[in-house]
Amino acid sequence: MVKMQIIKERTPMPVQDPKERGQNFSEVALGFTEEMALQEAKRCLKCKNRACVKGCPVEVPIPEFIALINEKDYRGAINKIKEKNVLPAICGRVCPQENQCEKFCTLGKIKESKPVGIGRLERFVADWDMEHPEDIPEGAFCEDTEEKIKVAIIGAGPAGLTCAGELAAKGYDVTIFEAFHKTGGVLVYGIPEFRLPKEIVRKEINKLRDCGVKLETNKVIGQILTLEDLRQKGFKAFFVAVGAGLPIFLDIPGTELNGVLSANEILTRVNLMKAYDPEYDTPVERAKKVAVIGGGNVAMDSARTALRLGAEKVIVVYRRSEKELPARHEEYEHAVEEGIEFHFLRNPTKIIGGEDGFVKGLEVVKMELGEPDASGRRRPIVQPNTEYILDVDLVVMAIGARANPLFTSQTEGLKLNKWGYIEVNDELQTSLPDTFSGGDIVTGSATVISAMGAGKQAAYGIHDYLQKQITE
Amino acid sequence: MGHKIISKTFLNPEHSVFELIIKAPQIAQKASGGNFLILRIDEKGERFPLTVADYNREEGTITMVVMAIGKSTTQLAKLEVGEEIMDLVGPLGKKAHIKKFPNPVVLVGGGVGIAPIYPQAKELKEAGNEIIIILGARTANLLFWKEKFDIIADEVIITTDDGTIGRKGLVTHVLEEIITSRPISQVIAIGPLIMMKFVALLTNGSKEGVPKVPTTVSLNTIMVDGTGMCGGCRFQQLDGGTKYACVDGPDVDGHNVDFDNLLKRNSRFLRVEKVRLSHYNEKCRAEAKFCEENEGEEF
Repeated sequence: MVKMQIIKERTPMPVQDPKERGQNFSEVALGFTEEMALQEAKRCLKCKNRACVKGCPVEVPIPEFIALINEKDYRGAINKIKEKNVLPAICGRVCPQENQCEKFCTLGKIKESKPVGIGRLERFVADWDMEHPEDIPEGAFCEDTEEKIKVAIIGAGPAGLTCAGELAAKGYDVTIFEAFHKTGGVLVYGIPEFRLPKEIVRKEINKLRDCGVKLETNKVIGQILTLEDLRQKGFKAFFVAVGAGLPIFLDIPGTELNGVLSANEILTRVNLMKAYDPEYDTPVERAKKVAVIGGGNVAMDSARTALRLGAEKVIVVYRRSEKELPARHEEYEHAVEEGIEFHFLRNPTKIIGGEDGFVKGLEVVKMELGEPDASGRRRPIVQPNTEYILDVDLVVMAIGARANPLFTSQTEGLKLNKWGYIEVNDELQTSLPDTFSGGDIVTGSATVISAMGAGKQAAYGIHDYLQKQITE
Repeated sequence: MGHKIISKTFLNPEHSVFELIIKAPQIAQKASGGNFLILRIDEKGERFPLTVADYNREEGTITMVVMAIGKSTTQLAKLEVGEEIMDLVGPLGKKAHIKKFPNPVVLVGGGVGIAPIYPQAKELKEAGNEIIIILGARTANLLFWKEKFDIIADEVIITTDDGTIGRKGLVTHVLEEIITSRPISQVIAIGPLIMMKFVALLTNGSKEGVPKVPTTVSLNTIMVDGTGMCGGCRFQQLDGGTKYACVDGPDVDGHNVDFDNLLKRNSRFLRVEKVRLSHYNEKCRAEAKFCEENEGEEF
């Protein structure tokens, strides 16, 4: 047997210069060249237990696709990924791989060795695929059946798109209804251009369209059409993936001031509505000094967006320490490189406004970490009388969202939990037998890949349900 | 796939207020009084809300009355019959609560707010209510739709600031006379924030000799998505809570709205809005001049 050579160092990802990229909205991480991809693919140990696959919510056959990269069979590699993942160019960019596949990589368990850059390789082949569209045989991923059963998907975010892809491949007639004028959900309104170019999202969605998935934008289901209306139009099953809802604002004085806005709002204005481009009509605050409250990926995205809108100083205020920061480490590193300041162990207590109703400052208090709480993280405790004021003129709240009542309040018989999220069983079926649900409207704010996992699982659930209906 | 403009009628000599009828069959089936729509004129346009002013389910049309005040509404005013609005979403927000009330309902419309009280008046009348309409305008030229209300209302009273038509004075003077002289079940007020504020102050039971009358107002806040996601439309309630106009409204209990805060919140983009409008106007003038100078030339 040939002994595998262990290469401990991972191939670095080329990135845009931090100083330069703080001034533009172009993608930060530039992607591997073929040479880099081959160098990185060589590191995979091809281990038998495939621990990495167990860490992936959609079970991408990781060692297999990497082996195909080694053989320079990029078409084979992308097809291998697509067996399990309909949005690889997106996942390769925004998945928290360090907590999923890469966390379980055997190479990462070896002393002083780093796991294989699985996400970077996935991105490489997905991008290669987009640059070589002529190679795709028509209808490669969809079966055609004679009488197609109609399935409706509510919400064109990662959960809905994945579910649509899976169901279309199984031969269903799938229509996605989207509330916005553009499809993609959080991929277009939430995640910034510099992390996920909208062109990539558009191309991935176009591939679904090529498979026969219909997309209806500007349709708020529950308002313009109810589930009952859709049943009457012949839809036999539903997947509800309406995503995030009402943003949470800290319950402190001053949240009503102008210049206090949710992360959802600043991100939607900038990403979906292109407010950063003077050619577009949507306005957005261009503040000099900005405080972003929160420590997740959405907080990082908001801070880096504010910087690119021209802020001289951007401070992330997080109530725990650097160690507990929920954002992806890579995003945090990128933010630090770009000059975003982090004030750890600080909690906002008051937003100060001027006579005109606009923000003038943010009062924060120092915190210390106590005993671990229910989530296992050490609970932040206020240090009394340590308040001081940060000189800022914009405060962005990136502390999550509650369930959106728009669809659920208009749908009779749909069982919700006490927080207003949709209750589902193990198959993601709701209290309405023909209706399945997944993503943020079931779990609360989570990741793109977990929503995709739900979309996939729901597709299996819907397929089983519909097959049973036919045989009965 | 846009939405075609079926008719455009200017409602005042200055051409700043106009009625738009848009083809939108699906929306027309579901729209009611109290609902609003979000429009995006073209690819570079912003999303902005407009309240439903009428609907025709048979014809499949939606009517809105707009005041050209910012860049987007000015651009909308320039669109001609046959042209399309790229995106139209709705109906959004809660429908007005329509039922048979024991006593008459008074509907107060001020300025362009005259239009959105029409569908509610129509629905209340159909539900068997006696309805009294108070229409307020700055001057006679700005008053519109009186004849539409004459058909459905039991009584229509006009007020203008300068007395050029109807009674000289404010809508609140007439409203006070009505609610102090006979029992009224409900007041519905739609118009400028300042008008709604004073209507709410009059009917909230705080004024001596004036009975408390339940009052709904329609809030035209700043919005992006209109579906409860951005939080831009949030408003403070006097009892301390925060609500979202897009999903909790736009029609809400007027007695519990912190109007003073909302007046400030609505000034959020005032400065940028002015700059944007003047840029747009300059561009339009330049284009018009270019066309004039090159008249007759072939392109």
